[in-house]
Amino acid sequence: MSYHVNEKGYYGEFGGAFIPEMLYPNVEELRQNYLKITAEPEFQAEFDALLKEYVGRPTPLYFAKRLSEEYNTKIYLKREDLCHTGAHKVNNTIGQILLAKRLGKTRIIAETGAGQHGVATATVCALMGLECIVYMGEVDIKRQAPNVARMKMLGAEVRPAMSGSKTLKDATNEAIRDWINNPVDTYYIIGSVVGPHPYPDMVARFQSVISKEIKGQLLEKEGRENPDYLVACVGGGSNAAGTYYHFLDNEDVNIIAVEAAGLGVHSGESAATSALGKVGVIHGSKTLLMQTTDGQITEPYSISAGLDYPGVGPMHAHLFATGRAQFVSITDDQAMQWGIKLSKMEGLIPAIESAHAFAILDEMKFKPEDIVVINLSGRGDKDLNTYIDYFKL
Amino acid sequence: MNRINKKLQEAKKIFSIYFSAGYPNLNDTVQIIQDLEKNGVDMIEIGLPFSDPLADGPTIQASSTQALHNGMTTQVLFDQLKDVRKTVTIPLVIMGYFNPMLQYGIENFCQKCAEVGIDGLIIPDLPVDVYADEYKATFEKYGLKNIFLITPQTSVERINFIDSVSDGFIYMVSSASVTGSQTGFGAEQADYFKRIADMNLNNPQVIGFGISDKETFNQATHYAKGAIIGSAFIKHLTQNGTGKIKEFVEEII
Repeated sequence: MSYHVNEKGYYGEFGGAFIPEMLYPNVEELRQNYLKITAEPEFQAEFDALLKEYVGRPTPLYFAKRLSEEYNTKIYLKREDLCHTGAHKVNNTIGQILLAKRLGKTRIIAETGAGQHGVATATVCALMGLECIVYMGEVDIKRQAPNVARMKMLGAEVRPAMSGSKTLKDATNEAIRDWINNPVDTYYIIGSVVGPHPYPDMVARFQSVISKEIKGQLLEKEGRENPDYLVACVGGGSNAAGTYYHFLDNEDVNIIAVEAAGLGVHSGESAATSALGKVGVIHGSKTLLMQTTDGQITEPYSISAGLDYPGVGPMHAHLFATGRAQFVSITDDQAMQWGIKLSKMEGLIPAIESAHAFAILDEMKFKPEDIVVINLSGRGDKDLNTYIDYFKL
Repeated sequence: MNRINKKLQEAKKIFSIYFSAGYPNLNDTVQIIQDLEKNGVDMIEIGLPFSDPLADGPTIQASSTQALHNGMTTQVLFDQLKDVRKTVTIPLVIMGYFNPMLQYGIENFCQKCAEVGIDGLIIPDLPVDVYADEYKATFEKYGLKNIFLITPQTSVERINFIDSVSDGFIYMVSSASVTGSQTGFGAEQADYFKRIADMNLNNPQVIGFGISDKETFNQATHYAKGAIIGSAFIKHLTQNGTGKIKEFVEEII
């Protein structure tokens, strides 16, 4: 069985391109060109150079000594928190902006929830001198003020999404509407492994640098390429897709996907899509989706804005349905406690999204000889206000 | 013969109206349909509300949201339409997004449509390729016409493919836009309308998106068999309630 996308854009029964005809020419242009362009040696050279010189890659694979001692297993952290802009998101925006330029596009749009993808997009637009418009839910604009300011400093226009629940899914709707209204000059940089084919595959490929580096780094440190466990948090699932990518077809590597349970999976305030979702269509993709019995998309909840999405990428829906990945839900409280614990034990203040992944250490038992790689997908600077409010710091 | 095909054979321009079922009030649906027919509308697109209508502008999205708020669901709509064919004879099309239909079950949904007398469906986010591969047989089993959209960016090759899969009409999106965002047509639209008219497709074309008044209706139907008004009618309902449908229709025809 393959866990990668097939030629029609599906992962098993998930994926595809359920888009209005208005978007067909744009998405089709991308579908026909993304593999060809990204395979060009010139593209790869430019992508690799920017990842190295601008993003700061390769990011270290850090052996977390104190954590490993406490949990009596070998724990490595993939340090995506050290990427420029503070998270893995920029790996993808670098790739997509290079693609957009080669497609002759002059105007860039993006959606953002917490603002991380918006900042990563605004950053690469500044780098390339391209116009940048970021859609962000009105509610998120209020709760993520520092990232709004960063985007503005970088020269982007932040447009509030006023419809629906005024959060990430509505920002995505507004970005899609913008693309419908501007079909010729505009390129839409999606921030996760979601949306119509080829986006999930394309974003996964750009993020796959994470797993490629893990392989080489583990070989150097442990004399083997494959860990026993890979752990990453999943909202839409881009850091997870990048972490798993080169290990997907090696079933000796156990894959763990950590979702946000919010106040508890069955509390009514959760974003645990694998537990609560059913097969449906959102933002152009058939996937697992939190929805009412009538097929209306419901509003998820997590303290972490980056995990606050009612679906998961179709690759992850397939990993869940086939049992290739084990899905675990972690509550707000567990994640927040890990924010403090990782800070105090390893001197690393994690993004709240990433903190969810660490809580797996309390949920599962690992053997002393196991190698567990956890993706520390982002740093916690952006979450300081949330940490301050939660812990009364 | 299906009511859509029959209506489109009439020697006249077709005036079609879209509205969101369950708006402004949950139980207005059938009354609005009856009033539209009584005042001379030729065909109606009944909007099945969806939480995330990607192809729609703020007007239709707001009416969808309100309709959902009012308690509209797929089942409620079918219940409301149970006896609609006792009083209404013009073609009725359900326009909605794919996910609510998928959750109802495509076969169930089609069966229910046939039962209450729906003639066709417009599903903006169900691509023609997926329809042709997976759902065409089911739609045809229940005698439902699936209507596809084309836009100024749609290639000639794809228009011909869509024409070959269609049996009813082709929904021509007037310009690159979501619903309700146009004000008047320019030379660019006229060129596009003419270009499509000159293709002599098997299916007649009905133009939608951006038709808001008599002028745009006439511009559109100069080239096409008919035109659809959506957002402008919903705005009228928002401002006037359901009492002045006659006035709205008379403004156009």
